[in-house]
Amino acid sequence: MGLTVDHLQVCYRTLRGDVKAVDDVTFGIEDGEIMGLAGESGCGKSTLGNSLVRMDVRMRQLGGRVELDGKELPISDAKAMRDFRFKEVSIVPQYAMSALNPTRRVGRMVAELLKSRGFDYKSALPELERRVKLVGLDTDILKRYPIELSGGMKQRVVMVISTLLNPSLLIADEITSALDVSTQRAVGEMLLEFRDRNFVKSTMVITHDLSILAQVADTILVMYAGKLAEKAKADVVINNPLHPYTQLLISSLPDVGMRHDEHTLVGIPGRPPPLLNPPAGCRFRDRCPFAFDRCGNEPPFVEVKPGHSVACWLHADGVSPSGGV
Amino acid sequence: MRRYLVRKLIIYILTFFVAATIDWILPRLVSGNPISILLSRMSLQPGTYNATYKVYMNAFGFNRPWWKQYLTFWTSLFHGNLGVSIYQFPKPVTSVIADYVLFTLALLIPAILLAYFAGNRVGAMAARRKLLDNTVLPVGYLLTATAYPWLALLLAFLLAAGGIGHFFPISGGFSYGLLPSWNWTFVWSLITHWVLPFLTLFLVAFGGWAIGMRNLIIYELESDYTHYLEALGAPTRLVRRYAYRNAVLPQLTGLALQLGVIVGGAVVTEVTFAYPGLGWLVFQAVGNDDYFLLQGIFLFIIAGVLVANFIIDIVYVMVDPRTRVGISGA
Amino acid sequence: MTVLRPDEVVAWEEEPPVATDAGSAKPRRFEFLYFAVRNKKLLLGLSIVVLFVLFAVFGPLLVQHPMLNYYIPFRPPSSSFWFGTNYFGQDVFSEFVSGLRESLLVGLLGGCGATLIGMTLGFISGYMGGLIDEALNVLCNIFLTMPVLVLLILVAGFLHHTSALVEAILIACTTWTWSMRAIRAQTFSLVSRDFVGLARLSGEKSRQIIVREIAPNMSSYLLLVFILSFGGAILTAASLDYLGLGPSNGMSLGIMMQQASDWNSLQLHLWWWFVPPGAAITCIVGGLYLANVGLDEVFNPKLREL
Repeated sequence: MGLTVDHLQVCYRTLRGDVKAVDDVTFGIEDGEIMGLAGESGCGKSTLGNSLVRMDVRMRQLGGRVELDGKELPISDAKAMRDFRFKEVSIVPQYAMSALNPTRRVGRMVAELLKSRGFDYKSALPELERRVKLVGLDTDILKRYPIELSGGMKQRVVMVISTLLNPSLLIADEITSALDVSTQRAVGEMLLEFRDRNFVKSTMVITHDLSILAQVADTILVMYAGKLAEKAKADVVINNPLHPYTQLLISSLPDVGMRHDEHTLVGIPGRPPPLLNPPAGCRFRDRCPFAFDRCGNEPPFVEVKPGHSVACWLHADGVSPSGGV
Repeated sequence: MRRYLVRKLIIYILTFFVAATIDWILPRLVSGNPISILLSRMSLQPGTYNATYKVYMNAFGFNRPWWKQYLTFWTSLFHGNLGVSIYQFPKPVTSVIADYVLFTLALLIPAILLAYFAGNRVGAMAARRKLLDNTVLPVGYLLTATAYPWLALLLAFLLAAGGIGHFFPISGGFSYGLLPSWNWTFVWSLITHWVLPFLTLFLVAFGGWAIGMRNLIIYELESDYTHYLEALGAPTRLVRRYAYRNAVLPQLTGLALQLGVIVGGAVVTEVTFAYPGLGWLVFQAVGNDDYFLLQGIFLFIIAGVLVANFIIDIVYVMVDPRTRVGISGA
Repeated sequence: MTVLRPDEVVAWEEEPPVATDAGSAKPRRFEFLYFAVRNKKLLLGLSIVVLFVLFAVFGPLLVQHPMLNYYIPFRPPSSSFWFGTNYFGQDVFSEFVSGLRESLLVGLLGGCGATLIGMTLGFISGYMGGLIDEALNVLCNIFLTMPVLVLLILVAGFLHHTSALVEAILIACTTWTWSMRAIRAQTFSLVSRDFVGLARLSGEKSRQIIVREIAPNMSSYLLLVFILSFGGAILTAASLDYLGLGPSNGMSLGIMMQQASDWNSLQLHLWWWFVPPGAAITCIVGGLYLANVGLDEVFNPKLREL
């Protein structure tokens, strides 16, 4: 079962036109799989993640289909989606620090939320307390106001709340970006724990930080400028990436023990193309050190090795475009 | 919580102190000598001016050093003595005020409360229904942009003076031919005379509150916690309830700030309708150069506004749960 | 926001989280201009106000009957007397033009004054912080809770002769409070930003920092505050004038309404005497509020409707 995304296209409506943030994306996540979605700011990963739960007022689905556990997920229909939210698909948002109502105690907010979704708080309370302790918090945070909690505490509380009803799909949007490294590690381990205890089935971890994905993810999906660049098992992406963009991303990470005077960190020069009117052909072309004339046509996202898909002309030859996995 | 209230109390006491001092200083700074004006209104025998002048200066204490006068001012204030009125000489200011204060309270309290609550409700409704919003918004802006005197004149003209009809009386607190007594005719007369001034105050204030609430609710509906609730599938009912509870808080602080404005509006409205309240009394005091009455009313109004502010602060503490835990939300 | 309360400081955020226009070097000012000319509310509100201002400036050219001449009283609006005549037989239209000029002038001066005072105190308070901020805050609170009109009545009542300038000064000195609060809040949020810290490190003097670094970033906010001050001053002046505490010589919209009320225009159904001045006030102040809302949308991308 799990998640299947088929040729999904989501755009942002702006005054200057439609910005195609998610441009024909196809992939899937199995039950029990933690997939990392990586890419730089503005590549569309947050849009992709959020569109699966709650479409922003400015977002529009232009095409494609999403299926969860065999049933279609009506992401464009806010009313229909309400039944799926929290129960089947849930999100730990990017703004978790401010996701809690400032004038309600945490416990009371959870109680009112559960009640409004048709669940009894009293019967859910033991499980809630168990999970709160699991993430390393004291149960009396339920009696506190959000303003009394630290950033890390709020992040963990939101994670517990979002997974309370054991959703099939959890989207974790930049959950480590605002935290210090030790809390990052703790949050990463929490994700693993939730998966291992079957609190969630499939997880999509959205981040620009590949290091956390190396720790947590089973597979990594790299996005660039609204399109998929590469997808493979996590260790393959980290150690043997095929797409030039992924290679540059990995090499721009510092290694442990690396000294500054031995290696200078090389970033990737240039900026991503504007998504209002994207250029024809491969979108990474202008920044790619290996670009050649074939790159004027857009490369298809194809499986070049078992479980490893890339969208790059360097590797696409001789393989029938069977579509991504 | 106690610290929050105590701090507010100190500020109010300070405010009263400053206001009272301004009140005391002004006539001395500006026109120098109220006694000469008082005397100019009396018809005196020729040659008696100087003697009368000396007597009054002594009686009112104007010939003593300033600091002594200031102290006397405060001591008599604590005794509830606000001086003697010139315009209704020799009635003491406090009893003059007592004659008129009930009319103003009968006007202000319902107008403020009704405008606030009705405005909040309508503003909240407008925030989520586009159709309602398209009427509430322009009407609200027009109302709040209206000068109180104009609305008063308009209502008086249309509903009292015969523009549309003579539904209400045009002036006074009650019919001139009646003597105050507890019978139905008198009470009915009070009510009919009350309607138009009340309506004036209510409408203008209502416009402002409705718009304020609408904007606040919209702001709350765009906040992160709202988005999170929606992402977890919460029904709009719950979302709206949270938004409303949170929006009420700044509205409450706004109420305290707007009290001064509506009191000003009451002054103008009462003058238009010759409604015998404190506002109308202020007008008479100014017209008659009655400094003591004017100062007394000013102090009384300030005290009233400060008390109302304090009450609102207490209500705020009850409504914002964060203040009870010791975190000041305001 | 019509009654811009100090606690309603809007946090301004950035554009949608997707790269829309990488490398576009359009200066911020032009971007605002682009949205400004397309914002209906701003255009409508501004045009109403400009219309009245033009009318005030060029009105005297349209006046056929000088204000101080007396004609047949009680005449309703007609082709020769556009706004009719009043109790004394004066041409209401010429009174209106004269009153409009005065009201706008007092409103403008009072609004400017209130904004300036609020600006200065707000900047100082927000930038200095600490004891100075506390003291100024207490001062502000004191003025905030006092009923302004009553205070103005007290002061103006003791001054037996006032002019438009004095009235404007009085209004400025009593209505600066909420503009100070708003500016102080904005200054606070800007002061904590890095560019101010940088300016401090490079040795800029406080006054320079306020003028060169902070104020330009708040110029849009200051404009909003000024517009609301202007509107508020017009309303306050109208009430003051109506009570007879306005300029001793001269005409204003408030004075027109006062005269109308005093001379039985209600009973005599001389509606053309008091309807135009009040309607003008409502239109102008309403236009200002509308322009304010539109301007808020222009400066704050989050509020822009798509």
